[in-house]
Amino acid sequence: MKQTIFFTLVRASALVITLALGGIILYIFLNGFSVISWDFITKPPTDSMTKGGIMPAILGTVYLTFGAVAVGLPLGIASAIYLTEYARQRRVIRLIRVGINCLAGVPSVVFGLFGLGFFVIYLELGSSILSGSLTLGFLILPTIIGASEEALKAVPQTFREASLSLGVTKWQTTYRIVLPNALPGILTGSILGIGRAAGETAPIMFTAAAYFTAKLPGSVFDEVMALPYHIYVLATAGTNIEATRPIQFGTVLVLVAVVLGIDLIAIVIRGYMRRNKRW
Amino acid sequence: MNVIRKLIFGFCMLYFAAGVSAAADSIVIKGSTTVLPVAQGTLEAFMKANPGVQMSLSGGGSGEGIKALIDKTADIATSSREIKPKEIELAKSKGVHPVAHIVAYDAIIPVVHPKNKVKNLTVDQLGQIYQGNITNWKELGGDDLKIVVISRDSSSGTFESWDHFVMKKAKVTPKAQMLASNGALVTAVAKNKYAIAYLGIGYLNKSVKPLQVNGITASIQTAMSKEYPFSRELYMYTNGEPQNAVAKYLAFVKSTQGQKVVAKEGFVPLTEVQKVGKKGKK
Amino acid sequence: MDKKSVWGEKRLMTRKTKEIFMKYIFFLFSLVSVVVLGLIVYSLFREGLPLFTVVSVKDFLFGMEWYPTYEPPSFGIFPLMVGSLIVTLMATLIAVPLGVMAAIYISEIAPQRVKEILKSVIELLAGLPSVVLGFFGMVIVAPWLQETFDLPTGLNIFNASIILAIMAIPTISSISEDALYAVPREFKEASYALGATKFETIVQVIVPAALSGISTAVMLGMARAIGETMVVLMVAGGSAAIPESLFDSVRPMPASIAAEMGETPYGSAHYQALFAIGMVLFFLTLAFNLIADYVSHKFKQTGSATL
Repeated sequence: MKQTIFFTLVRASALVITLALGGIILYIFLNGFSVISWDFITKPPTDSMTKGGIMPAILGTVYLTFGAVAVGLPLGIASAIYLTEYARQRRVIRLIRVGINCLAGVPSVVFGLFGLGFFVIYLELGSSILSGSLTLGFLILPTIIGASEEALKAVPQTFREASLSLGVTKWQTTYRIVLPNALPGILTGSILGIGRAAGETAPIMFTAAAYFTAKLPGSVFDEVMALPYHIYVLATAGTNIEATRPIQFGTVLVLVAVVLGIDLIAIVIRGYMRRNKRW
Repeated sequence: MNVIRKLIFGFCMLYFAAGVSAAADSIVIKGSTTVLPVAQGTLEAFMKANPGVQMSLSGGGSGEGIKALIDKTADIATSSREIKPKEIELAKSKGVHPVAHIVAYDAIIPVVHPKNKVKNLTVDQLGQIYQGNITNWKELGGDDLKIVVISRDSSSGTFESWDHFVMKKAKVTPKAQMLASNGALVTAVAKNKYAIAYLGIGYLNKSVKPLQVNGITASIQTAMSKEYPFSRELYMYTNGEPQNAVAKYLAFVKSTQGQKVVAKEGFVPLTEVQKVGKKGKK
Repeated sequence: MDKKSVWGEKRLMTRKTKEIFMKYIFFLFSLVSVVVLGLIVYSLFREGLPLFTVVSVKDFLFGMEWYPTYEPPSFGIFPLMVGSLIVTLMATLIAVPLGVMAAIYISEIAPQRVKEILKSVIELLAGLPSVVLGFFGMVIVAPWLQETFDLPTGLNIFNASIILAIMAIPTISSISEDALYAVPREFKEASYALGATKFETIVQVIVPAALSGISTAVMLGMARAIGETMVVLMVAGGSAAIPESLFDSVRPMPASIAAEMGETPYGSAHYQALFAIGMVLFFLTLAFNLIADYVSHKFKQTGSATL
């Protein structure tokens, strides 16, 4: 009897969670769908944001995400390579790991403060794509390192041993054998981080985002509009919140579609890889 | 592997190239949410005539604009209040010399939910409400409902103006909700029969009910004549006298064309402009 | 000894040199995390510490009035901390049962297909951007709350807790699930061998064995909730007073920082105060993370070889 109650509760929890996700997505879809059109995605906003599209925000998010990846991916993969392939002293490894774990725990608004204090003001990069990308890049660094480490560890040791036994140096082994085999895993694992970079608001609030840019960014030193910030700003600080409500929903739908779409692709690819591993 | 390296390299090059060819003419405007519709409207109109200029606009509050001017992260600071002496000091210490340009006039209007029976309040009553001393609408002749005080957060010039006209340095009750913009206040009051808030005249629309203050209704006329007690100037501040594109823009805003936009957005133009716009018909 | 190539001429960049070179390059790159962390701490301290020349630490942490823009300003963050703590606590109360039970379901009871689907559901939930959840809370939950309970506002602790719980559940659930998965099979098999039912096995054997992992999950979930910004910014209401009911508005620390950062000129006391709040927030989340780390290492269930 107790077992039935318990099992029902447990099943119910899983159900509640699924319903929550489903409910949120459904609601957003239903409310935002009517606004979505080719124009919405390709045209800039007009009439104080009450009409028109959100193209500059989409573009801004794309730039910021690419920038974050450009910063985070090389650094993350390199860190992971060091930790899995080269590092020997336990103290050093521990120190780096503590650093990574702590970095992972830093709240996004503190990252925003850091980005503001360091990139925008101290390095005088100003509020720009550059500052935003750097801040976001470091935000997702722990995720990328984790995913890369996992992928690198998954490459069988025998590959390395075979390579070394043929006289190939460690660096060449890593570069030509281990890394290519780990790359799919690294990329799918990092995609969750990339999704996060696209969706984060607090880190870009003071480092890159603007309410409205009349033209598309011309350089990395320009401010940009960005999807998450656009949602926030239209919903709380806009000039006509009620009138722009449908556009807010539309923007949310676009952002959610992009982020969840990327995540889903990663999940599917990962499942596929797991089933069809060559080794 | 090589392909990826080339791609990454290519992106980096693109970025650097883009960075080097920075836009020659750019105007960054930050500040007041009250002035935001004016800024956005004039920006859009200005852009049509001057497509070569890169402009970006942000809200956040008058305080944000002035701070951006001081930190040199904005070219124009829009503000619905005068710059404070402390801010001028801070600016000078950083080599920034703020110059004020009045671009429009505004009236701050207390608003309530359309179903609220109260029509008129005195300045004193407003002060008591916002300090948290009057807590029920029935004390003011309305229904027996709790008063929900809605205010702007501290970066707001509108908040500062309210402080100047109504609070006179008394503290707003900590129970007040602090919202980020005029727009947010409109939404909050429209949905909440307990609420009271205050807005710039440009934000008035049918979803909220304006109150009279001391028996005077706010309108373009009463604001211009200063009969309405909460009339104020709307500013754009620049660092020193404006140059080039910034000067052109400011001249545009003050011109008849620019002022037509001001009227269209529901604010009070600098001079009698006979254009009655979509919003703000009083 | 001159380094010579196969053909006899001298070489500078031998393979060995390159090896050592690459190793150090990678080492330097891997230090980035530590360096950035150090920079963050340094930035926080550099901008935030000067506040304490104007306000004492005690007044800051325990002061009841947050009026940073008044003349004279008062920088007491106690109501802000209370706000943070209450929403975190409430969110945890909602998220832990749901998350842990879902984890139990996934790892012990669900059939394979359902398991995979559920894991994807939770991962997708984790991927929802915080601003989207904040938007949802503000635009859909708040009016509903306001109507249904006839409240002065729908932006309050209750609303924020629900939304924060949604954000914390994936963290709690996936880490708990890992912990449950890590319990050695021998435990389960021994339990069944002694005649226990599935229910008894789960509740009395597996969960206790995974307890350290589950507590880690809870701590990390709480850390996530405390640090979350956009949700509390949009949903918690923003009034800097100590709440009297679950339906009152609060102003958690991250919300204050995000809301006020834009307006404070670089170097002003308010600016420093916000960085000081950032310091408090940083140390709080650090504490949670370190405790979680400690618990997971100290009480780690050693392998079945020790049985």
